[in-house]
Amino acid sequence: MRQKLKYVHRGEIVELADFDPTTTVLNYLRYERALTGTKEGCAEGDCGACTVVLGDLVEGKLRYQAVNACIQFLPTLDGKELITVEDLKSEDGTLHPVQTAMVEANGTQCGFCTPGFVMSMFAEMHTNENTDRRHLNNVLAGNLCRCTGYGPIVEAAAKIATLGAKDQFHDREIVTTALLESLDNEPALHLNWQDRQYFAPKTVDELARFLGEHPDATILAGATDVGLWVTKQHRELKSVVYIGQIDALKTIEEEDGQLIIGAGVTYSDVWDTLTRHYPDFGELIRRIASTQIRNSGTIGGNIANGSPIGDTPPALIVLEATLRLRSKSGHRDAPLEDFFIGYGKQDLRSGEFVEAVLLPLPRKDSRFATYKISKRFDQDISAVCAAFHLTLDSGKVDTIRICYGGMAGTPKRAIAAEQAIIGRKWSEETIEAALTVITEDYQPMTDMRASKQYRMLAAQNLLKKFYIETSAPGIATRIVGEGGLAYA
Amino acid sequence: MRSPPANTREIQGQVHSAHPHDSAAKQVAGDALYIDDIAEPKDLLHLYIAQSEKAHAKLLKMDVSAVRTAPGVVAVLTAEDVPGVNDAAPLAGDDPVFAEGIVEYAGQSLFAVAAETMDQARAAAKLAIIEYEELPAIVTVEQAMEASSFVLPPREIRRGDATKAITTAKHRLRQRLEIGGQDHFYLEGHVALALPGEDGDIFVHSSTQHPTEIQHNVAKFLDLPDHSVTVEIRRMGGGFGGKETQGAWFAAIAALAVKMTGRPAKIRLDRDDDMIMTGKRHDFVATVEMGFDDEGRVSGAEFIFASRCGRSVDLSASINDRAMFHADNCYYFENVTIISHRCKTHTVSNTAFRGFGGPQGMLAPERMMDAIACYLGKDPLEVRKSNLYGKETRNVTPYQMTVEDNIAPEIITELEKSADYAARRNAIRAFNRMSPYLKKGIALTPVKFGISFTASHLNQAGALLHVYTDGSAMINHGGTEMGQGLYIKVAQVVAEVLQIDIERVKITATRTDKVPNTSPTAASSGADLNGKAAEAAALSIKERLITFAAAHYDIAADEIKFLPNRVRIGKDEISFKDLVQLAYMNRISLSATGYYRTPKIHYDATTLSGRPFYYFAYGAAVSEVIIDTLTGENKVVAVDILHDTGKSLNPAIDLGQIEGGYIQGMGWLTTEELYFDAKGILKTHAPSTYKIPACSDRPAIFNMKIFERGENIEETIFRSKAVGEPPFMLAISAFNAIADAISSVADYHLYPDLDAPATPERVLMAVQKITETVHESELTEAAQ
Repeated sequence: MRQKLKYVHRGEIVELADFDPTTTVLNYLRYERALTGTKEGCAEGDCGACTVVLGDLVEGKLRYQAVNACIQFLPTLDGKELITVEDLKSEDGTLHPVQTAMVEANGTQCGFCTPGFVMSMFAEMHTNENTDRRHLNNVLAGNLCRCTGYGPIVEAAAKIATLGAKDQFHDREIVTTALLESLDNEPALHLNWQDRQYFAPKTVDELARFLGEHPDATILAGATDVGLWVTKQHRELKSVVYIGQIDALKTIEEEDGQLIIGAGVTYSDVWDTLTRHYPDFGELIRRIASTQIRNSGTIGGNIANGSPIGDTPPALIVLEATLRLRSKSGHRDAPLEDFFIGYGKQDLRSGEFVEAVLLPLPRKDSRFATYKISKRFDQDISAVCAAFHLTLDSGKVDTIRICYGGMAGTPKRAIAAEQAIIGRKWSEETIEAALTVITEDYQPMTDMRASKQYRMLAAQNLLKKFYIETSAPGIATRIVGEGGLAYA
Repeated sequence: MRSPPANTREIQGQVHSAHPHDSAAKQVAGDALYIDDIAEPKDLLHLYIAQSEKAHAKLLKMDVSAVRTAPGVVAVLTAEDVPGVNDAAPLAGDDPVFAEGIVEYAGQSLFAVAAETMDQARAAAKLAIIEYEELPAIVTVEQAMEASSFVLPPREIRRGDATKAITTAKHRLRQRLEIGGQDHFYLEGHVALALPGEDGDIFVHSSTQHPTEIQHNVAKFLDLPDHSVTVEIRRMGGGFGGKETQGAWFAAIAALAVKMTGRPAKIRLDRDDDMIMTGKRHDFVATVEMGFDDEGRVSGAEFIFASRCGRSVDLSASINDRAMFHADNCYYFENVTIISHRCKTHTVSNTAFRGFGGPQGMLAPERMMDAIACYLGKDPLEVRKSNLYGKETRNVTPYQMTVEDNIAPEIITELEKSADYAARRNAIRAFNRMSPYLKKGIALTPVKFGISFTASHLNQAGALLHVYTDGSAMINHGGTEMGQGLYIKVAQVVAEVLQIDIERVKITATRTDKVPNTSPTAASSGADLNGKAAEAAALSIKERLITFAAAHYDIAADEIKFLPNRVRIGKDEISFKDLVQLAYMNRISLSATGYYRTPKIHYDATTLSGRPFYYFAYGAAVSEVIIDTLTGENKVVAVDILHDTGKSLNPAIDLGQIEGGYIQGMGWLTTEELYFDAKGILKTHAPSTYKIPACSDRPAIFNMKIFERGENIEETIFRSKAVGEPPFMLAISAFNAIADAISSVADYHLYPDLDAPATPERVLMAVQKITETVHESELTEAAQ
């Protein structure tokens, strides 16, 4: 076991010990290191003012990703390279190409969001060369600006994508890679500070063993939810076990007609695969969060936190996904829909954790769709999220699975509506009948996201929409996403 | 560089040039300092404010003894510790810094904890024992109206007999419209850092648009003379009006901590506390009735506004006045009544926000123009045109000001053409006939926005200019920088007058000990007022240099010309630097103050009449939207803007204000929804629940132009116009375009009821209602 955090910064390995393991990267930078370029705008990973870039190795190749420093705990830097806005200028003080592009495009006004935008664009410069407006919107969806209206910023981002610029990080790629490789061989990090501990096992067995001994430990993956327990609810986490160092949990495999998605796989990592198999699922991943959150958050976490408004469970449930749960005594597979017992209550035994999600690959003749309704298209929590999965047999419904988020205390199937449809003709009459009985499936509530009346009406209309899309594909029904009219 | 090469053809940074924001290079590098970035002084204390959990309650007990003994706590600050007046209001004296006996909104400050760390302060605050006796809370405008709960008496503007004109008109329509508030969502929350000085003096870094008011409130709170308190602000991470008044509470608390402990103290609100504790844009309920003829020309108009002011007055008087002054927008209403109710509710005290009541006032007639057009089966643009103010006749506002600079007709005509409005409107109607679920909508709406503080005494400004013997200059003025580019504009003015490169002009932080008795940077007036004051200062130094040179070289003053970075004296030329050096050697003062007060304005606050505005700024926008009639989701897909900035001081900066204003206005009218529960608790207090526009919300097609012929007819600073607020209201076109799309569901025979913001829920419910109405009328027809 290792008791010192080690990460790479400015071409050197930084070692740190004896600190509160739930200190956020942002607070560490601002108040311990006096690196105040990185800002706090919300402390919940929504505004992006705190964006920093992390470098890690993927199959030996250096990868740069933007993340929200405000919700990342400091020890999760272990084994990575940290880059902040202060690191971008050249040694002689010359601005980085991204910084120059922002100045030239008049991309700053009050400037408080600016470092975050610069870092998102810096990561993007090291990842893609794509000037497509929709792509750039996705890249910047997690950076809020209240002054500019975004136009000049997008202009700067587009310019960078055409420049093919090189910077000092390209120049020292070999050195950085070597440093990161050296850190890769370090033993697992186990920090103790006052009455708190932080453990980052490197294998699933170590994790299982630790959770067997510390069943109350908080499992940390992307910190996109757990981070907020600290920054928003000001909770004290005594024992944290981080799964982000376990390579075995970061794999996506195809086996026996299903995808096995490890619990540590981020949205970013699984995005392409899901888009390929289920385009709507890909669109859901796009809208579920920003680039920064997609780079951190995991599908495993989205399930395990048991939220009634998690966006992936409805889709996973209608696609008959299975959850692989693991503990020190072995693993068990269970249908995902049985995992959600009630509001805030999941079928998770002591010392048990989510190891993987098993998602069946598309059946040839089935239709799947998922819809997310929120006040804002990008990076918003759903008022209602719906998923449908249908197979027809000569015009009649063979199977249909319907599941909604935001309509009950858990993601929940519309059993009554399904029953009203199965075995009948896939027709307007059948849908109308199902719309009537769907009111028996849910008693939604009113909150700041929507009223119960809206939730019910939108739920009904989404079923209608699914029917329209499956029976009259020529009719335009989507504003955003692939084929959406917003960019037509 | 000490002596950079000087440009001789033309100076760098002259007025009307698109010079980049002065801080841009620092901002992109993370080098621009905001208050929380200032290196923390030794022994700094961190402050946390304990807040009321109830919207309206008697405070039966507040026991902080356990707080005092908690780890790290150095002081607990309560109302009893206040040496001066426990108030930080801008005007009315009704904003207690710490609650006494009663709480009037959830989030109201009860006491503050000063501790070694923020975590300790926050944890300690939880240990207080607070007992409330809950009282009924008035949360909504409707509840307030029912209970006759007001912060101020109602106001009225009347011309002619609107009631008679409406009842005798051929047609009449009535609308009721609820308009939601808006959180500023500046990226940097409220923050203050107070430092102890000699003689009990206090120095405060405050993120404020109004350092003078912070100074006055801190002094009043601590029972100090104003000269003992100095306030500085270099830049804010956004303001938008939200930092015009309410930063005073936090500055006062930080200053009190300094006074009580002798140690520096900082208070920085996190996002949630900022959104819960500080005021927002006023929500309005507007009832509008108009009588009109077959052409849609309005003969009588009656507006009744009621706004949610919150628990105290703050700036609600001027905000509601401005709403009344903008109920006409660009239109002449011959007979008109405008009534304004200023409701007291047990919610946070609402405050200034870009547009300052103007947007709410303007939305009402703009909605009505479309309703009239729908009723008459006309193009809304035709109805608008037939109601526009005239140039020679029909040119007096309801408040008796003659509109002398009306360019709305020209702007509308040019935009109508450049945006291809008519063809697009037809194309959209054709699309809607073919598309059963997705519907498009379009609208063109104009803006006329009055420029000047309606509180006339605020229309003054001061500046302080030093020229050093190396020819470099330093400018200071009363305006504050919140990203809007005021500092660069004022520096351009100085560079222009002295004809020196802008790099030679040092921009400095705004401080109350340099320029005193300043007005807030608000009402879009920053460049108008401070630009003029700086010009006056620069002119007086220039005059001194000319007078000196004339005497020194024995030459007529009119033979001395300021050229780029040099001065021509007769046939000879001397560099600016050498002339300055020479003047110094001959004992000429090279430091000057400048002062400006806006001419022509006068206004009777009791009758709400006169000339409250020096001039008007104009603009117009065409927005195109798509709505989903199954879900109510909606998106603005294209916008065309033509906006009047007069002769722009800096087109790059002004375009930034225009685009930013439109997008912020679009957010107000679409995604940004404040949700208070029945008990008055705000449930949307972070970006997870309160949705300002994100990058993808910007319309993919965004055409924007400054009105090229624009030139202020008044003698403003280099004939420019104010630009901070007016573009915000261009976004009304987006809201009206959404209503247009909904109207298509009824084949444009019905105009939908639609409240703001147009969230998916409100749009779907409006679609639902209009569909039901169509369905009912079809049934009725079938039965006949």
